[in-house]
Amino acid sequence: MNTTRVDWAAVKADFPVLQRMIDGQRLVYLDSANTSQKPNAVIDAMTDFMRNGYAPINRSAYRMAGEATDLFEGARSKVQRFINARSVNEVIFTKNATESLNLIAQTWGRANLSKGDVVVLTHMEHHANIVPWHMLVAEREIELRWIPLTEDGQLDLSNLSSLLDGAKVLSFTAMSNVLGTITPVTQLCEAAHAAGAIAIVDACQYVPHNVTDVQAWGADFATFSSHKMVGPSGVGVLWGREELLEAMPPFLGGGNMIGDVRLDGFTTAELPSKFEAGTPPIVEVIGLGAAVDYLSTIGMANIRQHEMQLTEYALSTLTARYGDDIVIHGPRNVEVRGSVLSFAFRGIHPHDISQILDEKNVCVRAGHHCAKPLMKLLGANATARASFYIYNDQTDADALADALDGASDIFGL
Amino acid sequence: MPGLEDLYREIILDHYRTPRNRGELAPPAVMAEGHNPLCGDEITIYAQVENGVLVDVKVSGQGCSISQSSASMMSQAVKGKSLTEIQALIHRFKVMMSIEEDSDDAPAVEVKMGDLEALQGVVKFPVRIKCAILSWNTLLQALENASA
Repeated sequence: MNTTRVDWAAVKADFPVLQRMIDGQRLVYLDSANTSQKPNAVIDAMTDFMRNGYAPINRSAYRMAGEATDLFEGARSKVQRFINARSVNEVIFTKNATESLNLIAQTWGRANLSKGDVVVLTHMEHHANIVPWHMLVAEREIELRWIPLTEDGQLDLSNLSSLLDGAKVLSFTAMSNVLGTITPVTQLCEAAHAAGAIAIVDACQYVPHNVTDVQAWGADFATFSSHKMVGPSGVGVLWGREELLEAMPPFLGGGNMIGDVRLDGFTTAELPSKFEAGTPPIVEVIGLGAAVDYLSTIGMANIRQHEMQLTEYALSTLTARYGDDIVIHGPRNVEVRGSVLSFAFRGIHPHDISQILDEKNVCVRAGHHCAKPLMKLLGANATARASFYIYNDQTDADALADALDGASDIFGL
Repeated sequence: MPGLEDLYREIILDHYRTPRNRGELAPPAVMAEGHNPLCGDEITIYAQVENGVLVDVKVSGQGCSISQSSASMMSQAVKGKSLTEIQALIHRFKVMMSIEEDSDDAPAVEVKMGDLEALQGVVKFPVRIKCAILSWNTLLQALENASA
């Protein structure tokens, strides 16, 4: 990876919400795996468009509508380059990664899967990559198989070929939202193809933090959300190989996705409009375009480097300070983990931990992280999770470590 | 911002550390399971109802200090009470949690909140109200199962 020097203090200063003081204390935002904060560049792009140029896209002749269409399609081109997709036709805007995964299951899945067909998932999937397939189990009687995990929270690929035997789909996360584990995406895509299955990559946690190259992966579909990558909520991306998208039936029906509509039927529009029924989230897509520009200017390789250093610092600081009193799930090696730290602390319930950390303005997630099967495997109903991003630094990790002391005080431990 | 001492009162922590009426009851006792889908808390309430009286109640499951202490205090407060008294108590508790209105047509049954008053502070932390209320809704479900 080619990295360059970045002024991370200046990056932090780009995020106005991080200037906010609550009860005289600064905000320590450690919930970016949940949703990320927004820089001025994104906020300004969206407000500028709404103040000065808001108009419909693709359907009016006046100049302002043309400008809006250019901004919207410009954002699509930015996303295409950001993930190295072959064509803008392969970039579909959805509501979020969840909708993208549902779109795949409901269109490709319904067109290609029938009774007894096998879909392979992993034990570390988010509910968004489980429930859409469960829905097809109910409707189509397909079979689900699960790749298990190793002791340290990586995928156990020792029986991969037998799990994939006869499978039509392998759908897996590129980075676990609970364990932080980064999976061997290219290897998994190759294995899927060797078995005759398609490879779907839930890249929702991966894309915001790493260099993404869907062609190098050799994947068939990938999904991610704008709101985790400093863009606004309300827009997500489905990337798919053009041949597959061409062959799939449409998802939602309505305006924009049609070629022709008659009393006796309809034809679909060309890609990507075919999968974008109705007025899209225009403002949000433009915001996503600004987010991609913002992240690209910093450089994804730099971001990955920064987060590896910060994760290493947080892991060693927490372990040095609390020893066996803190159990941090997932791989210890930051080469194979992102900046997500799910942990158990002195038997205190995660909900109580997050409440007590909030007293110090340290924002973490507490709960099952929409990954209940994984929680069951970890033997927990819930974990507390701190997640770091470009605007976090070592003082934030220190603030987390300090605030945990308060939890011990209250529970008398 | 309200202080954590409003939330983590000593009596709450006592019920959390030493929960009352933990365990299970065999049939003919009825049971109901409650889940908090947001945080993963799970609670199971076992209820033995005889002649309109909750003669025994047990609680199992896992959760945060607020959900577990609320369940413990609730079990103490409802054990041995008539279903009418329990309905009134559930209503009083939900009024205290600001999720039900105090209305004139509420059952005119005297209820004593006792230890439960300690949970008053939860109202100042709106995200925790659902933790406090989980066991109560689960009890309601168990009692419905008992009368079904």
